[in-house]
Amino acid sequence: MLKKKECVAMLLAGGQGSRLYALTNKIAKPAVAFGAKYRIIDFPLSNCINSGIDTVGVLTQYEPLELNEYIGNGQPWDLDRAYGGVHILSPYQAKKKQSWFEGTANAIYQNMSFMKRYDPEYVLILSGDHIYKMDYAAMLRAHKATGADCTIAAIEVPLKEASRFGVLNCNPDGSIYEFEEKPKVPKSNLASMGIYIFTASKLFKYLEEDDANPNSSKDFGKDVLPAMLHAGEKMFSYRFKGYWKDVGTISSLWESNMDLLGPAPAFDVGDSDWKIHSRNPLAPPEYIGDKAQVGNSLVALGCEIEGTVEHSVLAASVVVEEGATVRDSVLMAGTVVKRGAVVEYSIIDANVVVEEDARVGAPKEEGAGIAVLGRNIRIARGASVAGGQILDKDYKGE
Amino acid sequence: MAHSTVGVIFSNVHDENIPELSRHRTMASVPFGGRYRLIDFPLSNMVNSGITTVGIVTKNNYQSLIDHLGSGKDWDLARKDGGIILLPPYSDETDKPYTTRLEALMGITGFLTHRSEEYVVISDCDGIAHLDIADIVRFHAEKNADITMVYHEETVPSESSYFITLQPASDGRIKGLKINPKLKGNEKYHLYVNVMVMSREFLINTIQDAVTRGFSSFGRDILTKNVDTLRIYGYEFKGYYAGVNSIQDYFKHSMELLDRSVRDELFGARDVYTKVRDSAPSKYFDGATVKNSLVSDGCIIEGTVENSILFRGVKVGKGCVVRNSIVMQDTVLGNNVQLDCVITDKNVVVRDNRKLAGCETLPYFIGKGRML
Repeated sequence: MLKKKECVAMLLAGGQGSRLYALTNKIAKPAVAFGAKYRIIDFPLSNCINSGIDTVGVLTQYEPLELNEYIGNGQPWDLDRAYGGVHILSPYQAKKKQSWFEGTANAIYQNMSFMKRYDPEYVLILSGDHIYKMDYAAMLRAHKATGADCTIAAIEVPLKEASRFGVLNCNPDGSIYEFEEKPKVPKSNLASMGIYIFTASKLFKYLEEDDANPNSSKDFGKDVLPAMLHAGEKMFSYRFKGYWKDVGTISSLWESNMDLLGPAPAFDVGDSDWKIHSRNPLAPPEYIGDKAQVGNSLVALGCEIEGTVEHSVLAASVVVEEGATVRDSVLMAGTVVKRGAVVEYSIIDANVVVEEDARVGAPKEEGAGIAVLGRNIRIARGASVAGGQILDKDYKGE
Repeated sequence: MAHSTVGVIFSNVHDENIPELSRHRTMASVPFGGRYRLIDFPLSNMVNSGITTVGIVTKNNYQSLIDHLGSGKDWDLARKDGGIILLPPYSDETDKPYTTRLEALMGITGFLTHRSEEYVVISDCDGIAHLDIADIVRFHAEKNADITMVYHEETVPSESSYFITLQPASDGRIKGLKINPKLKGNEKYHLYVNVMVMSREFLINTIQDAVTRGFSSFGRDILTKNVDTLRIYGYEFKGYYAGVNSIQDYFKHSMELLDRSVRDELFGARDVYTKVRDSAPSKYFDGATVKNSLVSDGCIIEGTVENSILFRGVKVGKGCVVRNSIVMQDTVLGNNVQLDCVITDKNVVVRDNRKLAGCETLPYFIGKGRML
């Protein structure tokens, strides 16, 4: 018996995330830790399950090991299903040709057979590098209501930043008359969020055509969407008004972590109406010691805090010893800040040891930028890592 | 050896120890340590020793236990063969549900005969300890024992209403076994911690024999009567053991978790598994003061918390002072609430400006879902 899925999601998770430097040396960007207990990919995966989409292909390419392990059988997102569920789709050898995924459109094209197994009416294309909560079901309803062939989620951004995005120029009814990929002089401030719903038959048709076109760079933004628009297909924008952040850079990753803090956070991960699911750390409750001072921070399970923590995000099992200070920083799982050490305005990846009396980073006000330490490294006793410095090896100091 | 061991956990025995907390639930599902239930400790000990099948004997009030265990996946016990198997009481017109441990075992002979493991480890849920079950089974096999009983050296007084003390010889053979003996002050004694190992075959034979003879008590009819004829051995557990025999014990042992060495022993060497709730990380506001406390995920803290244990999803409002207290899941403390030596069960709401206090020997208990 042929079973159908109305909508299948395809999540592009193959990006290297080279602007995250040491944080993505060994892992794909969607696997980067975020918000004390999450990974970036938890957000689109949770959005899928919360929107009733239970079939998700995750396209991996760059350093997929940790991402694959994290997703596992999809159980933490309730995506371990007898039919559907989450599937890792990696590049593969085929009879006619073998190739890596060349661009976003090519990655989807190469997994056409995955989508076709479910005979979907619609395909939702997502990327694995944004922090946001979005009801894709509402977007799908809009797609059906307008009778569009393609609906692009869009958000208003400051006009001066619009040139970093794909910009949608729309008629008052929301239909798109022009799509400009990273225009030097944007005509509108409506940016594409890289979230598309296609009527499946149209997607398949244009992916076939795009693959046959030797001049195409095989990218949705540069090739497929302009080709559809040019051919007169019905394309609509879907306005999104909530929090949405591309965490593809060190500073945006830091800001987005800090957006979780405070009594009225810009982005609330504790919202029980839209739970963010994740693989949970196996750890006892965090212990806050007698001498500790913890203010305006997020702290995950298993942490042992004896020192001072201010305006920071601490992932599972981080240790801050007595007399140590962590300020304006993001510390990933298992990192240890020893006695007398000071960490300021930094992002420190997992399992780093900051030895006694070491200094990492400089106060934010000094403007030197965010210091970044890659995973599993050791900062020697008394060593000093300057503001804005990026390290991925053990560091002994001057 | 542990792969050839099946686990049996009694969820309801000792319910009467802490009626406050077991009124609406089994002893097994009494919350402990911020994010655990008591059953998580024996269950994790079994899983960490390689056991993949655990029968859980229930009697009543076990909705919360079923909710906690789910399919068993959080303990890696959602298995095609075995995994977690709930064993509710069996009764028909002629039989009443069991009243003793032996009768409960009689009711699960079907489960025991259908398994293929060589050994059975039986555990209650009143003890918190990091036990190496595989080592106990190894000891049992080496001694060629009929029954191995795990004990811990304790000092009087005991709050327990029912307990067994053992007199082991130097080779571990139990020479004497007493039920509820009178103990003198400051006397050291060997307390049976309600964990025992037998071969499955021995257990089944023993149960069948007990049925024909009309026995009803495992302790009186089997253990004490046969201490000379059976090869009963004592396995001494020398680590941290917390027996929960009363609300005072519960309070005391909870507070011992604030001691790093206790935490290291219970959680450091291996994982303790529990139901996952997908709560957000806990959030500390500017002006929050937290000292010497354990805080679970999903908490929001604006006030002061000292020497306390906060379970998942607790909210501590502005100006609150929470001292020496255990605040269970999803409890909401309004602004300027003061708690000292208080235990709040789940989903309690304490309105603004309330002041509540007990003392260490008699903590003030607030029942599940109450609003003050």
